[in-house]
Amino acid sequence: MNPSVDALRATFGNAIGRAVVARDGETIVTVGRDALREVMRWLRDSAGHSYDYLVDVTAVEYRDAERPIELVYFLRSLERRVDLRVKVDLPKEQELAVDSVVGLWAGADWLEREVYDMFGVTFRGHPDLRRILMWETYAEGYPLRKDFPLRGRFSRAEQVRQALGANPEAHYSMEELAIAEAFDELPEDMKERLRRGERGKLPFSE
Amino acid sequence: MSKRTVELELATPGLDAQGRPARVPLTVGGTGGGDVAGQLAVEPGSEHMLLNIGPQHPATHGVLRLVVELDGEVVVRCIPHVGYLHSGFEKLGEYRHYNQIIPLTDRTDYLSPMANNVGFALAAERLMGIAITPRCTVLRVIACEMSRVISHMVWLGTTAIDLGAFTPFLWAFQERERIYDLQEMWTGARLTTSVTRVGGMMADIPDAFVTGLRHFTETFPKTLHEIDRVLTRNAVWVGRTQNVGVLRREEAINHSLSGPMLRASGVAYDLRRDKPYLDYETYDFDVPVGEHGDVYDRYLVRLEECHQSNRILQQALARLPDGPVNVDDPRVILPSKSRAMSDMEAMIYHFKQVMEGVKAPVGEAYVGIENPKGELGTYLVSDGSAKPVRWRIRPPSFINLSSLPKMAEGHLLSDLIAINASVDIVMGEVDR
Amino acid sequence: MKRVLETTEVAGQSPNWLLTRLDDLVNWARANSLWPMPFGTACCAIEFMATAASRFDFARFGMERQAFSPRQADVLICAGRLPFKLAPVIRRVYDQMPQPKWVISMGACASTGGIFDNYAMVQGIDTIVPVDVYVPGCPPRPEGLLYGVLLLHKKIKGETVLDPELRREQPLDDKGLRLPPERIDEISEPFGNSVHQFRSA
Repeated sequence: MNPSVDALRATFGNAIGRAVVARDGETIVTVGRDALREVMRWLRDSAGHSYDYLVDVTAVEYRDAERPIELVYFLRSLERRVDLRVKVDLPKEQELAVDSVVGLWAGADWLEREVYDMFGVTFRGHPDLRRILMWETYAEGYPLRKDFPLRGRFSRAEQVRQALGANPEAHYSMEELAIAEAFDELPEDMKERLRRGERGKLPFSE
Repeated sequence: MSKRTVELELATPGLDAQGRPARVPLTVGGTGGGDVAGQLAVEPGSEHMLLNIGPQHPATHGVLRLVVELDGEVVVRCIPHVGYLHSGFEKLGEYRHYNQIIPLTDRTDYLSPMANNVGFALAAERLMGIAITPRCTVLRVIACEMSRVISHMVWLGTTAIDLGAFTPFLWAFQERERIYDLQEMWTGARLTTSVTRVGGMMADIPDAFVTGLRHFTETFPKTLHEIDRVLTRNAVWVGRTQNVGVLRREEAINHSLSGPMLRASGVAYDLRRDKPYLDYETYDFDVPVGEHGDVYDRYLVRLEECHQSNRILQQALARLPDGPVNVDDPRVILPSKSRAMSDMEAMIYHFKQVMEGVKAPVGEAYVGIENPKGELGTYLVSDGSAKPVRWRIRPPSFINLSSLPKMAEGHLLSDLIAINASVDIVMGEVDR
Repeated sequence: MKRVLETTEVAGQSPNWLLTRLDDLVNWARANSLWPMPFGTACCAIEFMATAASRFDFARFGMERQAFSPRQADVLICAGRLPFKLAPVIRRVYDQMPQPKWVISMGACASTGGIFDNYAMVQGIDTIVPVDVYVPGCPPRPEGLLYGVLLLHKKIKGETVLDPELRREQPLDDKGLRLPPERIDEISEPFGNSVHQFRSA
């Protein structure tokens, strides 16, 4: 068991849940979602722990529908050569949202976008949370969820039609839209929505 | 060695405290009000050009789309769009047995397929608690280092082409063909090898393999020296790669880079040394570490890694022990066909493995290996059945690529091509 | 099932000696200088590069200059899997190519979707662009790709300048598809138990 766990419990008390040692010998500690940002900052900055390297961010949804979705953060301390796995449980009845750790590790940028794309978990405070692997207006849902069928929800012909209808030069990121000519190329209804200050709601994706 | 200073007035106002451009909000027609997050402020008449590179482009190394904001020839911002090769690997893995996932791993990083196979097999064996035989361990080291060589050869050839040197591409690919012959001798396939199985390998090496590989290790340094002579002190090469795409040590760590990208920025971290697997700590090799974190350093690191891989291959060939290549566990390894056809118990084992798959115990395991691109991690979560609940590939190229916007700011457009080449991405792994 | 492409009979015009000689000349020229547009996406692209390199060298077969601009290309070689996100890109690249143009679908994924029968993958580029030669393999060996190129040569040599249907542009129909939707669904049917998460058999 990684000694950081005891130090975490001493510092954060009840926000730290169970801690186990996985089959590969690594320590897994569960953290409450509200305390996530403070816990991560403490883990990165406090001397003797200094997990300065974020290896990976991902999520797991179990086949048992009652189990919550687990967000998994793989942390590593390069100088101490020690790893730690931090998990956050996200029950499906509540909103799937946590704070983003992009401010702590810049590598979390795309990793969190991917978790958003594949699972629908929102990361509060992320500078540019939009889909990264599927196209931005993908309407079938979040692919890695267990209720998402392998071949997608629409028929193949419908998927081909939607794919061919997309504009390959579309610009949807906020950074691109800041360049004025890109804004002019947007479809009218999207311009209207942006003018009103809302992002569109697509079926199956909240 | 030429130093180039670019001074530019960024028309997009506001760099934040880390020197990164703050996102410029966009508004139209002054209709503000309401949600602050949704309020957008426009920069009308901006003189910057938006250029779209890709996704079909010879120099993007696959289907990568770069949207570049240009002030003349200078890149102000670079926004990469990925996902053009997203194939749903991780979803597909939930519908396949562990041994059926091995062919899928070939296709993620198709430049170094054997290393991917080994990485997944190590994770599955860690999950199931299986210890592989000594012969299998050495064979897997050989597989990983062969993959490192071919991956770096592709990188070398394509980067040289991007920067204008065509001949090293042909030399590098000729070396790849020699390794391809060995891979084909071993597995039957040149590229999609699927060489490992959970608990062992697909097959033992044939007799001609050892002599072939030994001959390769004896002649490979000559090609490396030729490429070195053509490129390393070449004024054009040096001028195009030195001080281009510099990433400092702290930035490299913060962006979670791994592999040669991390080592070129001065961080001496190599998973073979620092989290050893497959007995790498018993091999005698050096880990090249750069200083400046520019494209030139990454080139030097990768070139030297080829030399070191050659050393490791020679040592592995020398110490290759006899013995079985698969573990002696009939629940995990298929019995030989002759036994399965004659012995009832062997037939039942064969049936159960093929029809139901090998069941893993409940739990999870993560194993990271030193892929040629960086740290390739495989995270497997099992609920006790034969198909994983979650198969996560920790993609080194994906994470390395996310540092591209940071590296490209302020450089020229042609430097952007050099920087993109130096990240050594393979889109199959970026997009999975 | 109505076929989308109908060829016209050239019965009215007897192919006389002059026209057949002209056909031979034109087809010989076209076949022996096919400049490929390498639409390389995944692993097949690496085998494509290996075919272009010195050991197999398809420059011997006339494909000397790889035209990365579709405006100057003759044959679009789709090497690798094609996800839905990339579908409008290949359609646009295909539309940008001037006639005469052909398409080689290299590999199992480009031909049928390959092992990727899931939400993200186009089940064969022939749902998007018309294909002339399919090269099976995962990935096909360079010799396989060369055989596919030679098959294309054979196909080109069987063409005639008298038939305008051969060189007619085939844009997408008003529904935005190349084939009728039922046909696309029919050729994309799943295979066996590959889409079951719990059942093994």
